[in-house]
Amino acid sequence: MASLRCFLRSGKVFVVPCDICIINSILLLQVTVRDALNQAMDEELERDERVFLLGEEVAQYDGAYKVSRGLWKKYGDKRIIDTPITEMGFAGIAVGAAMAGLRPICEFMTFNFSMQAIDQVINSAAKTYYMSAGLQSVPIVFRGPNGASAGVAAQHSQCFAAWYGHCPGLKVVSPWSAEDARGLLKSAIRDDNPVVFLENELMYGVPFEMSEEVQSKDFLIPIGKAKIERQGTHITLVSHSRMVSLCLDAAAVLAKEGIECEVINMRTIRPLDAEAIETSIMKTNHLVTVEGGWPQFGIGAEILARIMEGPAFNYLDSPAVRVTGVDIPMPYAKILEDNSVPQIKDIIFSIKKTLNV
Amino acid sequence: SRKMTVGARVVVSARTYADFTPQASFDIKKCDVHKLEEGPPLQAVLTREEGLQYYRTMQTIRRMELKADQLYKQKIIRGFCHLYDGQEACAVGIEAGINLSDHLITAYRAHGYTLTRGGTVREIMAELTGRRGGIAKGKGGSMHMYTKHFYGGNGIVGAQVPLGAGVALACKYLGKNELCVCLYGDGAANQGQIFETYNMASLWKLPCIFICENNKYGMGTSVERAAASTDYYKRGDFIPGLRVDGMDVLCVREATKLAAEHCRSGKGPILMELQTYRYHGHSMSDPGISYRTRDEIQEVRSKSDPISMLKDRMLSNNMASVEELKEIDVEVRKEIEDAAQFATTDPEPPLDDLCNHIFYNDPPMEVRGTNPWTKLKSIS
Repeated sequence: MASLRCFLRSGKVFVVPCDICIINSILLLQVTVRDALNQAMDEELERDERVFLLGEEVAQYDGAYKVSRGLWKKYGDKRIIDTPITEMGFAGIAVGAAMAGLRPICEFMTFNFSMQAIDQVINSAAKTYYMSAGLQSVPIVFRGPNGASAGVAAQHSQCFAAWYGHCPGLKVVSPWSAEDARGLLKSAIRDDNPVVFLENELMYGVPFEMSEEVQSKDFLIPIGKAKIERQGTHITLVSHSRMVSLCLDAAAVLAKEGIECEVINMRTIRPLDAEAIETSIMKTNHLVTVEGGWPQFGIGAEILARIMEGPAFNYLDSPAVRVTGVDIPMPYAKILEDNSVPQIKDIIFSIKKTLNV
Repeated sequence: SRKMTVGARVVVSARTYADFTPQASFDIKKCDVHKLEEGPPLQAVLTREEGLQYYRTMQTIRRMELKADQLYKQKIIRGFCHLYDGQEACAVGIEAGINLSDHLITAYRAHGYTLTRGGTVREIMAELTGRRGGIAKGKGGSMHMYTKHFYGGNGIVGAQVPLGAGVALACKYLGKNELCVCLYGDGAANQGQIFETYNMASLWKLPCIFICENNKYGMGTSVERAAASTDYYKRGDFIPGLRVDGMDVLCVREATKLAAEHCRSGKGPILMELQTYRYHGHSMSDPGISYRTRDEIQEVRSKSDPISMLKDRMLSNNMASVEELKEIDVEVRKEIEDAAQFATTDPEPPLDDLCNHIFYNDPPMEVRGTNPWTKLKSIS
C-alpha cells in the first residue's frame, strides 16, 4: 500500500492521512484503482457519445463493486444499461452494437461469468475483422474483475489472462496501479478493436499517488508496453496485476540483503512486450515470472517460451522459472486459500533459488 | 418505393410494354398470428416492375447456388457450403419489405442474403473459391461474407441473434429510424441465447425483426425431434409473432412490411416464422435424403417452388411474356457463368495478406510464424 509522505519546509517528514498533499506546488492526489476506473469511464462517456456501459448492476446499483458509481445518475438509462443475468445474450448484444457503430463497454461482474459468453468474445468479436478482411471492425471493451478474490471459492476465483491471451484478434490488458487503470482503460475505450480489460477486485480499494499529468483528460497509456516499476541489477521479475505489489514487496525485503530486483509491470498481456523483458534480462541475467493464475499453459509459460526462442536466452545464467497459483481449484478456508496463491515468501524463495544464494 | 439495383433490359419482342398488365392483386395465404391484433392483408399488389425484379433476383440466387454445387463437386469450393436453393422467396421477400439502409444478419446459409444486401455474384463466388477477388478477399469463405449493413454470415448457431439485437440497439441509440432483421433457423430456435435476446429486446423495445426460417430440418433432425413446440412464431412468448408462407415472395414481403412498421413505430421487437424448404441437404456433405424422402423434396419442387409460383402468377395475369422471362434466365445464366469463370481464374490471395486485418486502425505489427525465426508482417 502506497503511503504519502509530506515534506515541511523545515525538513520534517511526516505521514499524512489526508487525501491531498501539496509538494513543491505539484498537485499529487491519492486515487484508488476503483476511482481511477470510474473517472476514466466518466471522461470517455463525456468525450464520445457513442460510448456506453452495459452489464449487471452497473446502473442503479452503482456497480457490483461500485466501479460505475454515479455514472447512471449523470448519464441516464440510454448510456448506462442494467442487464438481466444473461451474459451470453448481453455480450452478444454489446458486440452487435459495436459492429453497428457504437463503442460499448461490456462489464462482466467477474470474468468467471465471461465463460458463459466466451463464444461472443472470441468468435463474434475477436475474429470478425480478420474474417471480413477488414470490412467489419468491433470497437468493444470487455471489463471486470479477474482472478482470485478473498474467500469466494473455486467458481469465482479463476484467472482468465491466459485464456484470452491465447487468441489473435484480441488485445488483453491487465492494469496494476491507479495510473495503469486510468491510462489503460482510456486507451482501451479509444481503441477500435476488442479489448479484454482484466481488473482485480482486491486492488479496487488500493490508493496510489497520481500526478497532475496522469490526471489530465487525455492521459493515455499505450496498450502493448510494459513498465519498469523498480530498477534493479540482479534479477528480473515480470508480473501483472496484483502480483506486481507482491513483487515490489519482495524486492524491498531483498534490497536489505543486497539483492536488487528489477520489477516489470507487464500492463498488457497481449500483445506481450517481450522486448522490455529481454532488455531487462540482458542486464540482470536472471528471470522469475510471477502470476496469480494456474501454471499450465499460462502467462509465465508463454514468457519463458519466448525468452528461450529469443536473443535473451544467451544472457540467462540460470533457467528462468515461474511463480504461479497452485494447480488446484481455489479452496475456501482462509489457510488453504492463502496457500493457493503466491505469497511474498514464495517469490523470495524462488529468487534466491534462481540466484543460487 | 425502392430503387431497382438490377435493371430490366428493354425486351425486343413482338409485344410492347403497353400490352402487359402494369400491376395486379394476388391472394396470399393468411398468416397465423400470436399476440397480434391482425396479420398482413390477404391480398398483395405486385407491379410488373417488381415482379420482374423479384424473378430475376430469385433466379440469380437459384442459379448461383446450383453453380456452387457444381464447383463444390469439382473440389474448387472447399470446406462448408450451405446452399439456399428453395428458400429464395425469403431473402427476396424480406429485402422487398425493408430498405438497404436497414440492417440484416443471418447464420451460415447466407449466400442469398449477401446478394440481396448488395453483394455481387462475382465477389460471392470468388469468396467461395477462396480468391483475392472474393467479398472478404478469400479470408472468410462461405460462412463469413459481409457488405454494408449486412453482418454476415455467422458460423456459430444462434450467436447471430444477440448480435442482431445489438445492431438494433445501435439503431435505436443513434435515432435513425433503422431496424435490424435478425435471422435464424429452426435448429437454432432452441438456443438459450435466443431467449436471452428475446427478453432484452422486449425489455428495451429494440427495433428488431426476429425471423425464423423454418425449413423443417436442423441438419438431419426434423423439427418434431428437436423442439417441444414447433410453433416457432409463438416461441417469443411476450413478443408478437406471425407464421408466414415462406415459399411465396409476396406473403413474405407483406409480412415483413407489417413487421417493419411495428418496429419503426417504437413497439419493440416482433417475430416472424417463415415456413420454407431447402432442396439441398444441410450442406454439401449431406445428401439430404437419409432423413427425408426424395418424394417429399419432389413434392415441394412441383407444388411450392417460389420461382415457379411467381412465374405462373405473372404469366397468367399477363404481366410478362414467356420469352421475356426466358431472356432473363439467359442473362442470369450468363452472369453466373461469368462469375464462375472469374471465381475459378482469379488468383488466390497473396501470402503477404496472411497476417493482415488482425486489428483495425493500428500501426503495422509483427506476427509469429510457425517457428521462432519466421516473423510475419501484419497491417490493419
